[in-house]
Parts: sequence; C-alpha cells; structure tokens
Amino acid sequence: MRSSKIIFLIFLIAFCGKGMAAAQKSEILLDYKPRENINNKASLQRGAKYFVNYCSGCHSLKYMRMNTLAEDLGIEEEIFVKNLVFSNKKIGETMTKSMSDKDAENWFGAIPPDLSLTARSKGSDYIYSLLNTYYIDNSSITGYNNLAYPNTSMPHILAKLQGEQKLVLDSNNKSKNLEKISVGSKNEEEYKQITNDITNFLIYVSEPAKLKRHSMGFWVLLFIFIFGVLAYYTKKEFWKDVH
Amino acid sequence: MSNDNPDNSRRKFLTGSLTFVGGTGAAATLWPFLSSMAPSNKAKAAGAPVKVDISGLKEGEKIDLIWRKKPIWIVKRSKDMLESIDTNDAKHKDPLSENLEQQPDFAKNKYRSLKPEILVLEGVCTHLGCNPAYKPDTTDTSLGKDFKGGFFCACHGSKFDFAGKVSNGSPAGANLKVPPYRFENENTIIVGELPANKLEEIG
Amino acid sequence: MSEKNQSSGVIGWIDERLPILSFIKDHLTHYYAPKNFNFWYFFGSLAFLILFLQIFTGIFLAMHYKPDAKLAFDSVEFIMRDVNLGWLIRYMHSTGASAFFIVVYLHMFRALMYGSFKKPRELIWLFGVFIYVALMAEAFMGYLLPWGQMSYWGAQVIINLFTTIPFIGPELGVWIRGDYAISDPTLTRFFALHIVAVPMVILLLVILHLSALHTVGSNNPDGVEIKNNKDESGVPLDGIPFHPYYTVKDFVGMGVFLFLFALTVFYVPEMGGYFLEHANFIPANPLVTPEHIAPVWYFTPFYSILRAIPDPAFGALAMALSILFLFFLPWIDKNPIKSIRYRSILFKINLFIFVIGFLILGYLGVKAPTPLYNALALRFSEMYFIFFALLYFYSTTRNSTFSYLFSGIILSFIIAYDILRINSDNYAIVLIGLLSVCLFVLFMTLSPLYTSLNKEKEVPDRVTG
Repeated sequence: MRSSKIIFLIFLIAFCGKGMAAAQKSEILLDYKPRENINNKASLQRGAKYFVNYCSGCHSLKYMRMNTLAEDLGIEEEIFVKNLVFSNKKIGETMTKSMSDKDAENWFGAIPPDLSLTARSKGSDYIYSLLNTYYIDNSSITGYNNLAYPNTSMPHILAKLQGEQKLVLDSNNKSKNLEKISVGSKNEEEYKQITNDITNFLIYVSEPAKLKRHSMGFWVLLFIFIFGVLAYYTKKEFWKDVH
Repeated sequence: MSNDNPDNSRRKFLTGSLTFVGGTGAAATLWPFLSSMAPSNKAKAAGAPVKVDISGLKEGEKIDLIWRKKPIWIVKRSKDMLESIDTNDAKHKDPLSENLEQQPDFAKNKYRSLKPEILVLEGVCTHLGCNPAYKPDTTDTSLGKDFKGGFFCACHGSKFDFAGKVSNGSPAGANLKVPPYRFENENTIIVGELPANKLEEIG
Repeated sequence: MSEKNQSSGVIGWIDERLPILSFIKDHLTHYYAPKNFNFWYFFGSLAFLILFLQIFTGIFLAMHYKPDAKLAFDSVEFIMRDVNLGWLIRYMHSTGASAFFIVVYLHMFRALMYGSFKKPRELIWLFGVFIYVALMAEAFMGYLLPWGQMSYWGAQVIINLFTTIPFIGPELGVWIRGDYAISDPTLTRFFALHIVAVPMVILLLVILHLSALHTVGSNNPDGVEIKNNKDESGVPLDGIPFHPYYTVKDFVGMGVFLFLFALTVFYVPEMGGYFLEHANFIPANPLVTPEHIAPVWYFTPFYSILRAIPDPAFGALAMALSILFLFFLPWIDKNPIKSIRYRSILFKINLFIFVIGFLILGYLGVKAPTPLYNALALRFSEMYFIFFALLYFYSTTRNSTFSYLFSGIILSFIIAYDILRINSDNYAIVLIGLLSVCLFVLFMTLSPLYTSLNKEKEVPDRVTG
C-alpha cells in the first residue's frame, strides 16, 4: 500500500500544477473573480434580463432552448415570451440572434461569437473580468480597450452603466490599476452585481444540467455507499472460510 | 480452507440483500438510457402547436401544413359540400364517429368540426398511411355514383366524404383523424391545442 | 459432492447443447485463484466493468450523435441539453474513458510489481499490451468525434506523426485522413472504427486474455505458483474457488470504484479540464490553432517522449519504441523471481524511478514546452529506456566486466547525443542532466559489485498472504 499512497500523492501534486498556470495571468485580473452561484434563481433571472437587453442583439445563445430556460429559472412561459422574446420565435426554439454574420463583420470587423459555451471554454473569470475591465483607449476604434481581451473590437456596451475607467501604469510601464474617471448610472457595487448576474447566467447557459446533477449525485452516491457497505459485510462473511 | 459452521442464514440474508440492492441499482442505471430514447426536447418543441391564418381561405380551397410531422388539411367547405355530407349516412362505416380515437369530443358531430364551414383533418389514410387526394368536385362521378366528392386514397382505393367519414367498401376501417385544434379568433386556427373549455389530454 | 443431474429443466436442456454448466464449473466455482490477492488485484475486473460501461453508454450516444463535420459538435450539445438525461450518458462515457486508463495503468503496474508477465504468463501479457494499444487507438479516434478545437488539432498533430515515416509518410497521412487535411471523411471513418471495428477487436483480445489466464492460472503477490502444491483431489492448497470468494470481493471493489466514478460524473466531470478539455467546447476551426495543444492526459507520457527529441522522425520513433518495449518485457526481465517482495533493493529503486519518471513525463506532457521542461523531458525519457536496460541487467548476477561494459555502453549513447546537441546556450542544463543520469546508471550497475544492495530474498514455497 505504501507504493500506491506515493503514487496518489504525486497525482495530487501534479494537479496542483494547474494553479501555477493561473499565476501567469496579469495580476490585476486576479482581482476580478465572480461569485458563482447558479442556484440563485433571482440572479439568473436578472442575468437573463440583462443579457437579452444588452447582449442578444449581437450574441446568440444558439444551444439554449427558451422553454428549458423558462422552466429552470422558474419563469412562466407567457411572462417569458412577453419580457424576453423580442422576435417571432416560439418558446420551444433556441436563442439565435437577429444580426447576420455578414453585417456583423462589416460593422465590427469580427463576428460576435455565440456565447452558449463560453463559460466552459474560456471560464467564468474571463467573462466577468471582460465585462469589468474596459478602459479608455483613444488609439482603438471603439475608444476602449479591455484587459481580459486586449484590442477587442467589441464596444463597451455597458459604458453608460459603469462609467469610464483609465489604465494606470507604474514606473516600469506595466499595468498597475484601473481608475474610475467618470461615474455611470450604477455605482460600483451595483455594476459588479449586474456583471455578476450576467456571468452567472452564462454559467448556467453553458451547462443547464449543472442545476440537476449535484442533487441527483447525492442520491446516487448514497445508494452506491449502501451497496458498498452491504458488499463489504457479505465479503467478510464469506471470507471467514478462508484462512 | 475449512468451513467450520458457516452461518448459512446470515449468508443467505446478506447475499439476498446484496442481490436486491444490486438489482435495484442496475434497473435504476438502466432508466436514463431508456429515457434517452424518448422524444428529446428538440422533438417535443418541433411538435408544438402551429398557428394558421385562414383569413384568405376561399370556399372549396384547402390549406396544407405540417404538425408533429403529419400533413394537416384545412378546408373551407362550400354549401354543396356540406349538403353532400348530410345525405350520406347509410353508406359509411362509422357515420356517428363512434370510434373515439379518431376525433376530439368537440368533433363528434355531423360535420366532425368546431364550425361547419371549416374542416380540419390529418391527411393520413387510416388504412396504411398514404396521403389521400382532395376531390372537391361534388358532381364528379368518375369514382362511382355514390361518391359525392371528398378525399380519395389512390394506394388501395379508400374513399372519405367531406367530413372525413370513410365509405363502405373502403379498405380503410376508420374515419380520417381530426387533430386537436381551436380558433384563436375568426381568422386564426391553432392546430395542436384544444378549445379552452373542452379540456382533454392531448398527449 | 454429488454430480448435478444431467437434465434439470431449461438449464439442463441448454447444457446438453452448450456446455454452460461445465463452463461455470471450470471458470467460476472450481477455478482456483490464489487466496492472497490484495488491492492490486481489483483492477482486472474493474477494467472489464468499464469496458462494458463504455460500450453501453456508447451505444446510446450513437443514437443521437451525428458523424458529420457540420453536425457533430451541435449533436453533442444536443445530447447534453435536449436528450433526456443525455448529459448523464455523455459524462459517463467521457469519465469512463479516463477511468479506463487509470484502471489499466494500475493493472499493468501490478504486473510489473509481481512479475505477472513472466513464464508461463507471457501470452497473457502480450494480449494485454495489444489491448492497451487498441485502447489508445479507440480513445484517440473517439476524441475526434466531438469535433472541438482540441479534437481537431490533437488529431492533426498525431496523424502528422505518421507522415514522418520515411518514404511512405505523406501518402500514409493522406490515406488515413481520406483527404489532404482532417475533414469530414476523417470524421466518418474514425466514427465507424470507433463504434464497431476497434471495440470488436478489444472484445476479442479480452476473451483471449482471459482464456490465456485461465489456462495457466493467476499469479499472486508472492509470485508463488500455487499449482505446485495441490491436495489429494488436485486442488491447490493455497487456492480458493473464484466463485463465491472473488466474485463477492470484486463487488466490493466495484462499489468503491462506482462511488469514485459517480463522484466524478456528478460533481467534477471536467476534472479541471483534464477529462474534458476546455478548448473542446469551441467548435473545430482549421484556421485557428489553440494556444496550447495537449493530448488527453493518458497519452501525455508518450507525448513527452515524442517532444523530447526535436527531430520529428526520431521523436516518433522514440515514442513508438517506448510502447514496443512493453511487448518484449517477458524477454527483457528474465530474473526467475517474480514478485517485488523478494527482489533486491536495486530492483525496487529501478521500478520506483520508472513510475516517478512516467508520472513526471505525463505532467510535462500537459505543460507548454520551456527549456527547463524540455531538458527534464529528455532526461526522464532516457530514464524510461534505462529502466528496461536495468531490468535486463538484473536478470542474473553480473560480473564486474559485464557491469562496467554495460554501463559504459548505456552512458556512451547518452553522452553521444549530448555532444551532438550541446552549445553555449544550454551547456549548463545539459551537463547537470548528464551528471544526474550518469550517477544514476553507475550507481545502479556498479553498486552490486561493492554492496549487498542487489541481495535477493528467498522465495517461499507457499503464499504468505
């Protein structure tokens, strides 16, 4: 058993190496971590609202079926259609976008990607920090730049809510901080909650099953545990024969 | 290896319980797999009710649409067509629509519809599933002098009147099916939903 | 013990036409396995369980998956979201793949520890290595199917390896892909192979593996042949019937395994990006290479060996050799002592370093290459092959001439390669690595001459438990 314990420990240590990768990111970005909680239905509902109002014009969620969304968020279908569906789509359809890819490329120089899986591919930290780290940059086309996605052609859609920030550099010309230079319609706490809600919402969209698998898992594990204990005592009983 | 007095009843109990728990576990594990074969959310969404605008429908005209992957007909029946339905009771296999599986309750009437002038039917022959042809001419006797128009299935010769009732002598044994539908307003039919005050399981 | 009546109902009717009763007798109730199986002996039956799991979940995934480059990615998301409990079946399959390799590696390690590959079990071992190679092919092809970024680019890298084969390489690559780049034809043929051909090959090999095992009987942690000591009725004194003792014990093992399995499926199916890689949630894009292409974790040790040698053809050759050497293990380690329990301290060190090296190579395989990592990968690749050389060396006691000659030959290969690649930039790292390897080799080959570190213990006649 000694050898197996060593091997297990080594595996554990190896996985910790992943933590080292995180340290390579810019230091400021480490301050921008969302409070993830997809069990907070209110947060998801708000996030859905913000997303539909601010993001869905350019970004599709082409894998998210609207009736699944309504059911998981606890929104009645009629209310959902009235408040969150701005096209002729039926509630059983998925959230595709109205802007065509060709137009998007003409207007922005890039096609706004579908965001159904972004929380899984790029991570929730990325989404949250992208929404929070826009700063004024006169050399860019949109007038803004972004720490999480440098030189993005995505405009700062939420600028009116957040107000504006500028990037402060230290003596070595390295990014040091983001400073608020103008006030938006929301204060810092409110803005952080809005972006947190959007992030939570996108985490949910990337894997709706997450809401169910934790609760299901508990019962499965309990059952397997009972089976295992029973098997163990049966084994012990039969192995009394063996000396 | 020696036995010395194995407690056989305890063994039986333990083996029995283990088999029971294990068997339950195996059955429970099987459940998701069987469930995955049932219609997916996508299929169920595609089976959602369909709204149809009949404002432009003229007398004698038929609209074709698809609901739950089946062809659906909506016909605006003329006076002649409605008369031909009235006169033909003796020549049909199920003149009173007693086979309850072929129509919702509201269609168990002479015209097999909510409103006499609008006919809604599934365009699937009740014999073996072919698509019957529309025969709007009430005076055409080429298919027999008893046939006053309606629907004719070319596969095996089944005949249906303008209410979808199957004629005697047809291989088909049941009237054409009436799907659940309701009028949202005078010009709009929703196929796939029942009228609000006549609740039934659509399934 | 009375013989069961020939024809007892349905069972009897079948048994007259197909020997199920004698099969149960020969392979379960009267098949005698050593009574001292320990923790390391669970993994065979667990591998069998996982094989069944993968086939079963695979069948149900194939009901909804679309093997078409335009539809594949969407069909996987369809399974995850729209198919009833499709996400559960998908996670079981992806977790099962990684679980399969964990179990198989531990299963192989048991064989290394207890000498289960030695006479008369060489054929069991050969079938086993064939299963391992087939499993790697199966996993590789399966990974292309979701058609994500990592699926596409991982396959791109590996298939390009085949193009490094001299003369036939490029054409071979085109033939495998069915196109000049990875595309729809590649996907559909990998699908056909993954769901039909390779599973059948694996099933056949498993049957052969188990048949060969039952012909000679299992090894055990003491490496003692239980068939050498039988009682009057021919039953090994240290043997117990497989059923009910090991059937019931294997249920306990399955219980523990299924608990860990369910824990993963329901709580951490991505396993931090190691079981389901993050980049694979982006649809394949032939025009954009991901920042960091890494194969799935179970391939990474061999990937490290491949990357350690800059020349693509030689790197591919080294990787192929590293797997090939496994086949020849019964003829490399000819020491008659089977179990680690009775072998020398030097053997234990050798095996220990091999395992550590394998794990480190695995870790290096997921990281992006840096000069330090490259140097480590090369040294541990060298250690990987040295392991086999030393196994051969410890097959019997060697005299001093042989020992010096042997270590000299090994070191000259290593030094020659270092001389070829040393320059003003890397001389420090090369010399440190060279020194470490030299010290290790010299210690392992020469210390038997001056110490008693190679003393072996006497193997008992009966198992000790």
